[in-house]
Amino acid sequence: MSMPDVLLAVDHLKIRVGAHGPLAVNDLSFTIAPGEIVALVGESGSGKTMAARAAIGLLPPPLEHCGGQVRFQGHDLNSLKPEQLRELRGAKIGMVFQEPMVSLNPSMSIGEQMAEGLRLHTKLTEAQIRERSLEMLGHIGIKDAERCLAAFPHEFSGGMRQRIMLASVMLLRPALLIADEPTTALDCLAQLDVLKLMLDLTREQGTAILFISHDLSLVARYAHKVVVMREGRAVEQGTIEQILLAPKADYTRQLLEALPRRGVLADLPQADGPLLTVKDVCIEHPGPRSLWGRTAFKRVVHSANLSIAPGETLALVGGSGSGKTTLGRAIVGLNKACAGAIEFEGVDILKSGNREHRLQCQMIFQDPYSSLDPRMKIGDILAEPSRHVPGMSAEQKRERVAKTLLDIGLAEQFVDRFPHQLSGGQRQRVAIGRALVRHPRLVIADEPISALDMTIQKQILELFERLQAQYGFACLFISHDLAAVERIAHRVAVMSEGRVVEMGARDEIFDRPQHPYTRKLLAAASPLEKLENGGYRIRQGPVPLAL
Amino acid sequence: MFRFISQRLAMSIPTLLLISLMVFAIIRLVPGDPALLMLGDMADAHSLEVARASLGLDQPLPMQFLIWFKAVLSGDLGHSITTNEAVLPLILDRFQVSAGIVLVSVLLAALIAVPAGLLAAWKQDSALDFGVVSTATLLLSIPSFWLGLLLLYAFGIKLGWLPVVGYVSFGQAPWQALSFIVLPIVTLTLVELGAITRMARASAIEVLRLEYITHARAKGLSERAVLWRHALRNSFAPTLTLIGLILGNLLSGIAVLETVFTLPGIGRLMVDAIYARDYPVLQGCLLLVTFVYVLVNLLVDLLYPLFDPRVKL
Amino acid sequence: MNKPLPVAPEVLLPAPVRAPRAWRVPPLNALIGAFLLGLLLIMAALGLVWTPHDPLALNLLARLQAPTAAHWLGTDEYGRDVLSRLMIGAHTSLWVSVLTVSMAIVAGTFLGLLAGFLRGWVDRGLMMINDALLAFPGILLALGLMAIIGPSLYGIVFALSLAYTPSVVRVVRGTVLSLREKEFVEASRVIGNSELYTMLRHIAPNCVAPVCVLATSMFGWAILAESALSFLGLGVPPPAATWGNMLAASRPYIATASWLGLFPGVCIAMALLAFNLCGDALRDRLDPRMSK
Repeated sequence: MSMPDVLLAVDHLKIRVGAHGPLAVNDLSFTIAPGEIVALVGESGSGKTMAARAAIGLLPPPLEHCGGQVRFQGHDLNSLKPEQLRELRGAKIGMVFQEPMVSLNPSMSIGEQMAEGLRLHTKLTEAQIRERSLEMLGHIGIKDAERCLAAFPHEFSGGMRQRIMLASVMLLRPALLIADEPTTALDCLAQLDVLKLMLDLTREQGTAILFISHDLSLVARYAHKVVVMREGRAVEQGTIEQILLAPKADYTRQLLEALPRRGVLADLPQADGPLLTVKDVCIEHPGPRSLWGRTAFKRVVHSANLSIAPGETLALVGGSGSGKTTLGRAIVGLNKACAGAIEFEGVDILKSGNREHRLQCQMIFQDPYSSLDPRMKIGDILAEPSRHVPGMSAEQKRERVAKTLLDIGLAEQFVDRFPHQLSGGQRQRVAIGRALVRHPRLVIADEPISALDMTIQKQILELFERLQAQYGFACLFISHDLAAVERIAHRVAVMSEGRVVEMGARDEIFDRPQHPYTRKLLAAASPLEKLENGGYRIRQGPVPLAL
Repeated sequence: MFRFISQRLAMSIPTLLLISLMVFAIIRLVPGDPALLMLGDMADAHSLEVARASLGLDQPLPMQFLIWFKAVLSGDLGHSITTNEAVLPLILDRFQVSAGIVLVSVLLAALIAVPAGLLAAWKQDSALDFGVVSTATLLLSIPSFWLGLLLLYAFGIKLGWLPVVGYVSFGQAPWQALSFIVLPIVTLTLVELGAITRMARASAIEVLRLEYITHARAKGLSERAVLWRHALRNSFAPTLTLIGLILGNLLSGIAVLETVFTLPGIGRLMVDAIYARDYPVLQGCLLLVTFVYVLVNLLVDLLYPLFDPRVKL
Repeated sequence: MNKPLPVAPEVLLPAPVRAPRAWRVPPLNALIGAFLLGLLLIMAALGLVWTPHDPLALNLLARLQAPTAAHWLGTDEYGRDVLSRLMIGAHTSLWVSVLTVSMAIVAGTFLGLLAGFLRGWVDRGLMMINDALLAFPGILLALGLMAIIGPSLYGIVFALSLAYTPSVVRVVRGTVLSLREKEFVEASRVIGNSELYTMLRHIAPNCVAPVCVLATSMFGWAILAESALSFLGLGVPPPAATWGNMLAASRPYIATASWLGLFPGVCIAMALLAFNLCGDALRDRLDPRMSK
């Protein structure tokens, strides 16, 4: 019997990989009522994406439905004929995807792609379709809607593309919107924009949302129900208040614990002066090259000023395009500064001849999957930096590698392994180890945890703290997510559009932010805080929550 | 758009210049008196003197190149040693024959291969896919001249349906002309089917994996619409590049087919010129074929933005 | 620093690497390709030391015989044993292609690395010459050079390697350029390695895979080109037996002794198929994305 007020019912769903493979989804059950927002939360490998695909009947081969039912408005999706399923898709169930770069057809104009769905499911005339598209584009904040219709996806930024995709899906007024990690690939400010838009549009039309995410704190602000998934199973489900205030399952607690929060910072060692000073540094990117040489330069960093004391962690935060990564790379010499000075212990390392000082600044890169040479063994990767330490014997180098391996928490068998045999978290540990082998006095960490799962992020941050206590290095921690730095930063510098707009002690910035951009960043950060009774709640900070 | 075209054109010019230099060098590398080479053993002393003067043999080498190049640009490619015809009209005439066969074959092959590759990619790892890939790989491995011989044997000799030697131009007698070129076209089409199918399939597999394909399905589009409107256009670009390369390569590779089917094309002209040591003709052929190659690739470059708007116009 | 070390947490043990896989059946294309290649190599190697009959021995009494017990694949217009000549031809074809591919790879890799490493005007100049050479399709260049130096085995090898080197340069340079922007290459610079060391230790080894795949294709191209040239009479000069000139010689007898045109072609096709299949298997192995 189908209940009139259940839009989507997933009933003991089982999905398997191939005819005899392991189960990707194991006995999953939940319901969505009309207008309700349900979040499926889990880390990679939890099966949440596959469950979402099953809800719209688009399981990619080799995955197969092998048990249970998915009922939409009372109809079992498996019992529908392909034409009936196709009628549902787009018109009743809409879906938005994760990767803004590849979710829109690059060779079709925006107008064409928006019109396609309308042509298929409605009987509107061309003129009416165009009118509706223009209206929707205006609604999402596109100024020159006419031009937008004729333009191609690559002319827009990632955040813009996600909004256009949302717009084109919502044009059809579906009853259910499936959002598969739509904001994961965006920086925190763009994330907020897209989320707000999604909520506005769905509230207007009474659309229910099935939201897939790995970030519990993100969904905490607006989801009605949450299903926590792990390795294909639903570990716990309930209303958001139930989950936050009284989490029952251990895994749920683990996820909540993984959210970074303010910790107690270690004392800084005594020092005479700053370790690193960035003075009025400007960096330009060369423009496109034409037949007659390079054309106009684009200034990416304007007169930046920073200083880092020995043993201190300075967090450099900002959205994408703020210039923070460019500045970090300039300190290690991967970008050239066109003006200003960078002084390490008083010596300007922008001038050549100060190699030794420059080598005291090492870097940890963002992507653990491309920062290690796939053809080198872990042991060799860790041994390489010692090449440039004068006066080390082969024996000493080996010992150094063994010790570093232990310090980063990997067993000695890893010496002979190759990167592709390690997980993302393990690879990032190796990247950290590589930066620390020489015992440098400054480490630049460029978004070192962004590409990892939440629980792994926590592990890596803990590792970082321990290593900093052990080795005593100063750190420039670059991130687009203010929440991640709350735990380990002593001081915070905020960058926007190439300028440092605010800088100060951590507590100052988080509790009393001055600059409007800083407040924007804080509004986008995850605001959960732990209560005495073991539950969590959405924190009321100095900046009102945007959603 | 104009800027795009003129930019691409401008970039080809140095290549064309270099090619001319190379062709000039190749011929000059032949040991012996260039005037004698150009006019042949039968020439008398007076003509040789005239030739030496016009070739500028007393001048330094760079000057000789410029004199030669100027002549080329004005259309004077010399005269054949064997038949004494002017080279340019001769090679253009022969080129028409070869180009006709090559163009028709590659077009036919593309028309069959691209949909086949797309279908195989759509049903990847199925029996259809296996069949398509195996056939394509087999076809790719058969040398064109051998296939030509086999077809000639089967249809020309055993069955007697088609003539074995000879050629008549299309303008003179269309039906008869067709009977002469059917076998070469079929041979060439079969051979090129292999390469184009594999490339079309490979790039379609890449595209079908991307999210906008799933997005299109999620909109409710039928599979046919998804394949035709979304997959095909985006996967065509690498295949287009391959077709350009094939077209360019075939203009010389067709020499073997022209030998098998005794067609008066430019490939055979080149081979005959080598045997006869007819250097003016050889030079003309080299220049024409390489220039056409560069032109074809230029055309492909210009068509690219149609399939991939990210390439800036 | 001299602080007492904090206690290290439990150290991560590596997940056991899957025990050296129980030998799985290799994919079909690898099997067939390897089989055919093996057949080819045996033919060529054997041909060096033993053939059923002397490939050069004329026997006008036994000309144009269909396959019999004495001559498994028949005799040609001079009474020479076809099978023996095919075996000699295998050796010639393989030798030409091995030499050609080796030279093209060595030269192309060196130039590609140079262009990718130095950039600037060296790169632009090299690429211009490269593009100009690429406009000479393989056979064309060989034809042109044959006209000058006359047909000879080493002449063909030289001409073909000159024709194929630009493709290698393109692939290597392309790989180098894409690798240069990868994070592990940047990491190498940050550690303090010189550009040259980075190039040799990090970039060059990662170019091996695409070059290997290209090499298998080039073996096929070389054999095809050599056969085509021989077919036109511009290949290795007689009385050397090559598959190409055996095919050419069979043309006048196409009606009367059709088997003469069959077997050399089968050999060429077999060789090409072997290299294509091996190349496919190699590509699948090295870049699993493509097959699935």
